Amino acid sequence: MSDRNTPLSKFIYSDKFPFEVAFKFIISKGGFLSVCFFSILLTLPIYAQQSEKSPPPVIVQPGAPGQATKVLPPSTRATLPPIAPKDVEFMQGMIMHHAQAVEMTALIEARTENKNIRLLGARISQSQSDEMNFMKRWLGNRGQDVSMSKMPGMDMSGHHSSKHHSSGHQMMMPGMLTEEQMEALKNAKGAEFDKLFLKGMIQHHKGALVMVNDLFDTAGAGQDAELFNFATDVDSGQTAEIKIMQNMLGEKP
Amino acid sequence: MSQLSINTFRFISVLFLFCLLLTAGTFAQNLEPAPKLPAGMKGSNVSDPRANLKPGLYDAGEAMLGMRHLTLLQKPEAFQLGSDDADNPRVQETLGQLGIGDTSKMPKPFQLVFAQLAFANSDLAFQGNHLFQGNFYGVNIYDISNPAKTKLVTSMLCPGGQGDVSVYKNLLFMSVEMPNGRLDCGQQGFPAATGQENAQGLPAAQKDRFRGVRIFDISNIENPKQVAAVQTCRGSHTHTLVTDPKDNKNVYIYVSGTSFVRQSEELAGCSDGMPAENPNTALFRIDVIKVPVAEPQKSQIVSSPRVFIDPRTGALNGLNNGGSHSNNGLSRPSDTDQCHDITVYSEIGLAAGACSGNGILLDIKDPANPKRVDAVNDPNYAYWHSASFSNDGKKVVFTDEWGGGMGARCRANDPNVWGANAVFNLTGNKLNFASYYKLPAAQGDSENCVAHNGSLIPVPGRDLKVQAWYQGGISVMDFTDASNPFEIAYFDRGPIDPKMLILGGDWSAYWYNGHIYGSEIARGLDIFELVPTNALSQNEIDAARSVKVSEFNVQNQERIVWGKNLVVAKAYVDQLERSQALTSSQIADIRKSIQNAENSKLKKDDRKKLKSFVSSLMKGSETAKNATDSQRLKGLAEIMENPVL
Repeated sequence: MSDRNTPLSKFIYSDKFPFEVAFKFIISKGGFLSVCFFSILLTLPIYAQQSEKSPPPVIVQPGAPGQATKVLPPSTRATLPPIAPKDVEFMQGMIMHHAQAVEMTALIEARTENKNIRLLGARISQSQSDEMNFMKRWLGNRGQDVSMSKMPGMDMSGHHSSKHHSSGHQMMMPGMLTEEQMEALKNAKGAEFDKLFLKGMIQHHKGALVMVNDLFDTAGAGQDAELFNFATDVDSGQTAEIKIMQNMLGEKP
Repeated sequence: MSQLSINTFRFISVLFLFCLLLTAGTFAQNLEPAPKLPAGMKGSNVSDPRANLKPGLYDAGEAMLGMRHLTLLQKPEAFQLGSDDADNPRVQETLGQLGIGDTSKMPKPFQLVFAQLAFANSDLAFQGNHLFQGNFYGVNIYDISNPAKTKLVTSMLCPGGQGDVSVYKNLLFMSVEMPNGRLDCGQQGFPAATGQENAQGLPAAQKDRFRGVRIFDISNIENPKQVAAVQTCRGSHTHTLVTDPKDNKNVYIYVSGTSFVRQSEELAGCSDGMPAENPNTALFRIDVIKVPVAEPQKSQIVSSPRVFIDPRTGALNGLNNGGSHSNNGLSRPSDTDQCHDITVYSEIGLAAGACSGNGILLDIKDPANPKRVDAVNDPNYAYWHSASFSNDGKKVVFTDEWGGGMGARCRANDPNVWGANAVFNLTGNKLNFASYYKLPAAQGDSENCVAHNGSLIPVPGRDLKVQAWYQGGISVMDFTDASNPFEIAYFDRGPIDPKMLILGGDWSAYWYNGHIYGSEIARGLDIFELVPTNALSQNEIDAARSVKVSEFNVQNQERIVWGKNLVVAKAYVDQLERSQALTSSQIADIRKSIQNAENSKLKKDDRKKLKSFVSSLMKGSETAKNATDSQRLKGLAEIMENPVL
């Protein structure tokens, strides 16, 4: 077993639905079956241990304050809170939103020598890429597409363009830079670039805060634990970064 | 299903799972390798036995030193996903092809991958023979009268995260911060908006939503009853039970909220924003709940202290982090607007708050009105997370939860002063930095790892802390010398998965009446005992085991008091031998006398012999080369004066 680990990621992230992949695999590569059996032998003690359990524990659900507690049957299993359409939309929208931030930071290298801007850019690029991976995983685990199929039901910052955008974005999330703004940023150098970059990124980050507020202001949304945690982190992380960038610009927060 | 068919099903499920696991997948998530070490910094030890353990959920490789693993109780079934997700027709179809008709149970590891944070185990509290394990989905209550054979007694379903727990007499307290929390503990959360409401972004005020601190009556341990639910603006990320030495009719709960502020439509008086624009902002404060013990239903918020206030200007945002590595070298300060966790030590009238950008010290002699008396920040700290006092109240250990606990932060290239403990000396209400301590062993890219929750181990004569480091495992730190903390014991497992960071590992690891309990986020409840090593003797372990408490809430620190037992004396003798404060002939002489006294059950002559050491020990105490040995000699002398078995 030492070199045959238990990479859950392998089946969670395979292109095809894992059970099918596994099934085809099993019938096609019988040689591995012996390894499977070996693995099972190692896990049997876990189950032997479990069957010794007795008596069964009580499962209860308390009522509201002052109300009686219900006893639930031993067969009770957990349920996940519902995923609201808004949750999915938030994640899909935020992936698009983050992608533009990464695109913006990629411009830094050739346009400015400002050490603080370069550090800031590296940090934003790294954290936003990480978060994009997380959001894609979250959507994938729940059988959702990573991109939007329809217009999101939130405030748009407008400026839609019919011609193909170089970034491939067809929709705008709050705070995202318009095509004109992106063009101006690309054409700027040195101190002018620094200023446009900071202003642009502040606008961009403020948009993320709008998205988080919008999420928590929507009935039924934000109840998934990972999404809640992520959105809370986005809120505090980007608020802090906005403050940093305002300081760099010499603006009063 | 009969037991046989259940086992058969499990057998097949496991077979199926492992075949899946061995399937050659094409996907490998690109985990971010640690960036290069900043100049002048050191990383973690890659040649430690913990650095390359075999991955696995229940079959991961393990490494341990000075600890024995007694048992792991997997998460109760009521905290595992049910059949809902197995209803996918493609799952049914494939399982059908494999000859498995009944898909009512999915393999647990598979479920866990999806569940992750929604069913994460969180903090622990203890009372008598009961252990309370918080979870984002409720609380599990275990009978630990025989720790090696711990049994689940009650699974209480009540979602809302994080589910941090405290217990006082017949009352159980629980933190709730998430929007799916309901007053009635229902698992259904709240329905999603219709398209129209959604488009307009209508407020989602819900009268049945609960974010705050729940209070249960646990007089019947199998049937806890909710007696109160105190709503707060930011919910309760953590809370701290505060007992007042002068008042046994009331207890207090300090609420630390770190989440978003809800709307006033849902809870009157709640609003957020910066203090300059909104002096009533629910940010920049903690909340204090007063709980009348006999009438807990009358519990309510009695104050919301502005603990970050600048006493000179009156600005509510008077503290900042002073700039930190979390800003990647950008030294611009960021305001502190929340505490993450507060540890109170009522006997000395102080609390240590770990408050995002700062470590603060509060005077809590009036528990309803804590007043800040000191604050520190640290350029190596990203997020001040938790605090604990040494037993004598002369040191405080803070932790830095760099990366929020969801990230791999113990990699070979992660600096050993980031995401670490910081030990401070405390004299005259002033905190003075002494040293950092981080899990010494390098961990993998797929292991979430950073300093997290721990408790003191009551070994007399030393300051020991057992502590959880998420998937970095459990580490026991000796911080007797605040400037030179070091590790004396550990336990670690390999990552849950080698390629993907699956949230797991120990949330908290606490000593309670002789054993160490670890709340494993994904796997369940771990129970350990200490075993002797060169760094910790059997006598020291026995002395720690001689201390019994009836209730234990780690954030409500109570002074550890040792009896004048001979086993405590033997622990001191071992320490004095280790530190060479006594000569080997003195050690041998004292040991022999203690042994004789034990054998004779403290007969008069043996007592007299023990007493004969007192004056030389006291004299030694006065001339000892350091305060620690001086205390040990004094402690030993006091026992020899009037020992008990």
